[in-house]
Amino acid sequence: MPKKRVAIVGTGQTYHKSHRPDVNGQELINEAVQRALKDADLTIKDIDAVVIGNMDHFEGINYVDCWSVDGSGGTMKPVIKLTTGGTTGSTLAIGGYHLVASGFFERVLIIGWEKNSESDTTGAITTAFDPVWDRLVFAGAISGLAAEAQAYMAKYGATEKDAARVSVRDRKHACNNPHAQLRREITIEDVLASPMLADPIHLLDVCPRTDGACAVIMASEDCAEKITATPDWIWATANRHKYTYLGDVNWGELDSIAEASGEIYKKAGIREPRKEIDVIELYQPYSFAGIIWIEDLGIVERGKGAEYIASGATDMGGELPINPSGGVIACNPIGATGLIRCAEAALQVMGKAEARQVPDVNFALSTGFGGCMWSDVLLHGKKKPDF
Amino acid sequence: MNDIFADVEPMVFKSGINVPYTWWTGETAGAFFISIRDEKKIMGRRCMKCNKTYVPPRKVCPVCFQDGMEWVEVSPEGVLESFTIVRRQLASLPRKVPVVFGLVKLDGADTSVLHYVEVADHRKIKIGMRLKAIFCDDRNGTIHDIACFAPTE
Amino acid sequence: MDRAAVIGIGITKIESNKVKETFADMVWEAVNKALSDAKMTIDDIDNVITTSNDFWDGRTISCMAVGDASGARHKNVSCVEGDGTFGAFYGLARVLSGSYGTTLVTAHSKGSESISSLITNAAFDPIYDRALGMDMVSACALQAAAYVHRTGTTPEQMAMVSVKNHGNAKYNPLSQLPMDITVEDVLESEMISDPLHKLDCSPVSDGCCAVIIANEKRASQYGGVPVWIKGVAFCADSYFLGDREISKAVALTKAAKKAFSMARIADPLSEIDVAEVYDAFTYQELMWLEAIGLCEDGKAGINLEKGYYGIKGKLPVNPSGGLLSGHPVIAGGLIRIAEIVKQLRGEAGGYQIAGAKKGIAHGVNGLCGQSHCIWILDGEK
Repeated sequence: MPKKRVAIVGTGQTYHKSHRPDVNGQELINEAVQRALKDADLTIKDIDAVVIGNMDHFEGINYVDCWSVDGSGGTMKPVIKLTTGGTTGSTLAIGGYHLVASGFFERVLIIGWEKNSESDTTGAITTAFDPVWDRLVFAGAISGLAAEAQAYMAKYGATEKDAARVSVRDRKHACNNPHAQLRREITIEDVLASPMLADPIHLLDVCPRTDGACAVIMASEDCAEKITATPDWIWATANRHKYTYLGDVNWGELDSIAEASGEIYKKAGIREPRKEIDVIELYQPYSFAGIIWIEDLGIVERGKGAEYIASGATDMGGELPINPSGGVIACNPIGATGLIRCAEAALQVMGKAEARQVPDVNFALSTGFGGCMWSDVLLHGKKKPDF
Repeated sequence: MNDIFADVEPMVFKSGINVPYTWWTGETAGAFFISIRDEKKIMGRRCMKCNKTYVPPRKVCPVCFQDGMEWVEVSPEGVLESFTIVRRQLASLPRKVPVVFGLVKLDGADTSVLHYVEVADHRKIKIGMRLKAIFCDDRNGTIHDIACFAPTE
Repeated sequence: MDRAAVIGIGITKIESNKVKETFADMVWEAVNKALSDAKMTIDDIDNVITTSNDFWDGRTISCMAVGDASGARHKNVSCVEGDGTFGAFYGLARVLSGSYGTTLVTAHSKGSESISSLITNAAFDPIYDRALGMDMVSACALQAAAYVHRTGTTPEQMAMVSVKNHGNAKYNPLSQLPMDITVEDVLESEMISDPLHKLDCSPVSDGCCAVIIANEKRASQYGGVPVWIKGVAFCADSYFLGDREISKAVALTKAAKKAFSMARIADPLSEIDVAEVYDAFTYQELMWLEAIGLCEDGKAGINLEKGYYGIKGKLPVNPSGGLLSGHPVIAGGLIRIAEIVKQLRGEAGGYQIAGAKKGIAHGVNGLCGQSHCIWILDGEK
């Protein structure tokens, strides 16, 4: 029973691009913050605390939460930084939730951002792994994902073509999202013809590198309904950041998301996620994940992911649309990406998703992924939770 | 449990991480450096709401949190607010000690800039003294286009 | 604020180079000490917050190194990047939110594994400032000069902080630098950056701390001794040194007011029995005491001369020896919390402040104390 129930009352994003040379990091942050304040019809004076995150080595600034106060609006306010790699954005959303639910703050501004154009993304990510055991043989994020894809394909017979169908879906969805970086449709043939990065992953199977920021305002039940007529209530949050060494991972399934979502469903009384969840913003950094991780989420049985996606069930207009925003494959400012999933799920619940709106959304899931096959999950709901 | 390691010699693995950076300054900082490089002018930005003039310039006033700002030229001369004489060769220093850092509030600005202070006799450096920017002849659009701040005499 | 308590603490020895230990080893030690102190097992921990810094650890996603060691394999977990006092704040919020009954909070760093000057130089703005080559020590020297200019605090008064804290450390078996020194020793030590001598500065150390926070119900469940959290707040000042009035810590003043208000303390000086503040440098102990409101502005040096802040004084400050006697960055503020917990339980041994009932723990983040987090703890519920 939370001390205070919490809702998202406003969101803002930049128009994400591969390079934003016109602004430095804190100016980029400011764009998202100003948009979120406008969306919620609040001023910075109404904000009680700032929770902010990115992955330090992508921008090369130490104590960056302190550095960015000009842009975040954190001057003379409580400012705290959370950072957990790729899961940072969703970790931030979970952080904002607890800071409000605790009763400490009524309105919290949550900011996730990254200016990936400023650094060597792979060089930085490689430093995440243990310097003695893993780092010297690790080839960046993609090598872990390739291991997962290979393991799954060997067990369940999915093909590169099945995975390409996921990319096609998300890139089509992105055309409805003015904030997404990549807004051009692709075909399965395009994906399979694109350069092979790490077998079986092609270039068009994976996310780009992006400069972007996202801001979300969460408010306590004491004021949320005064701020907006359509708050997005956070029903439950859960995560598992299970592994430290790559060799410990269960390749071919994402047990972290299975455990985390299991905890959420139990708390919220969700028995049949496929029926009860109306839309999912899945942090899906590459196409195969779209097949594997919906099985771990309990949407379909193990081994049935490819079939479900091929049926069109997860397209707009389908039974359970996934990534109406275009997801991570269309846009990936890493520290923001998980928070963008949260913001997009909020837009769905609030009915503000415009051309990418899924009709009649009651429950939405947003997820985060990163680290060593880690996962975060949030359950968003239109109705105020009764616990 | 620690006893089993008692005779094990600790291994140390030396390495460095190599992550190169190229930071976008953004248009605001860009304009600041261009006016120093091309015109030897130091530009600040004044918030039209609270009238505070920021040097280095900001795109958005951090206090009023709005972007109604205008460019103002500030004087290359100002007052020394604080200073320190670094005597140990700290690893971050790009030059040999002694190095004097100072915060200088230029006439017309409401904030101070951090830079080097050069005075022949260090005993003459005092908080409150007046200094002026010394521009390099060879300027490339970085903070080093100003060589240092020196006494106005 | 609902009632919550610190029910377990664990601190490793603070050393200049823990060459036999990885980050995970340190966390394992601190966590086990805390669990044992709290009479709990890892299964009694509902969620975990680790605190670390990617630059200091030389590792993106620095929290990954300590996930297993902090027992987070099958638990909800998050990571704060900042001083341990901020990590503990989030850990407390997660308990007060109702989601979890207990939170394990860890904070670690190994200063021995990097060149600290380069690590702190990276905190400077890359566009305007970084290329000039300032680091934390030279920046704090700049701040010390401004503070000394404004308040008239003397080099001798600053040196007394070092004498006091290194002397206190003789009674703290975990400290790195217990020393019997004099004011002359400090003033004759190498001048690193005016006005900071070597003995005005803390070392950069290796160390780790873990604390366990519980809600009211769980606080009495295991048989450990709870210390109650009565007030806590944090606040960040402007970033650029030139934007701030660096001889003052206005963000700390704001946070302290909020914390005292939460704790319903109208006259801090009369109610606070002991304080552990973030003495990364001698002048900072004085500056923070004034900003918190435990001392009239500009008078901390004079009070120190009069003996107010010694172990036998009116308001003992840093009886543990403080950071001057051992400074693992990131863990520094969490250790302050743990030390106050010891004091309020009567477990501080040779540096116990007799009858201490209420105490302050304080941590700092960013350059020259840009951001502060202050905790008010009470031995009684």
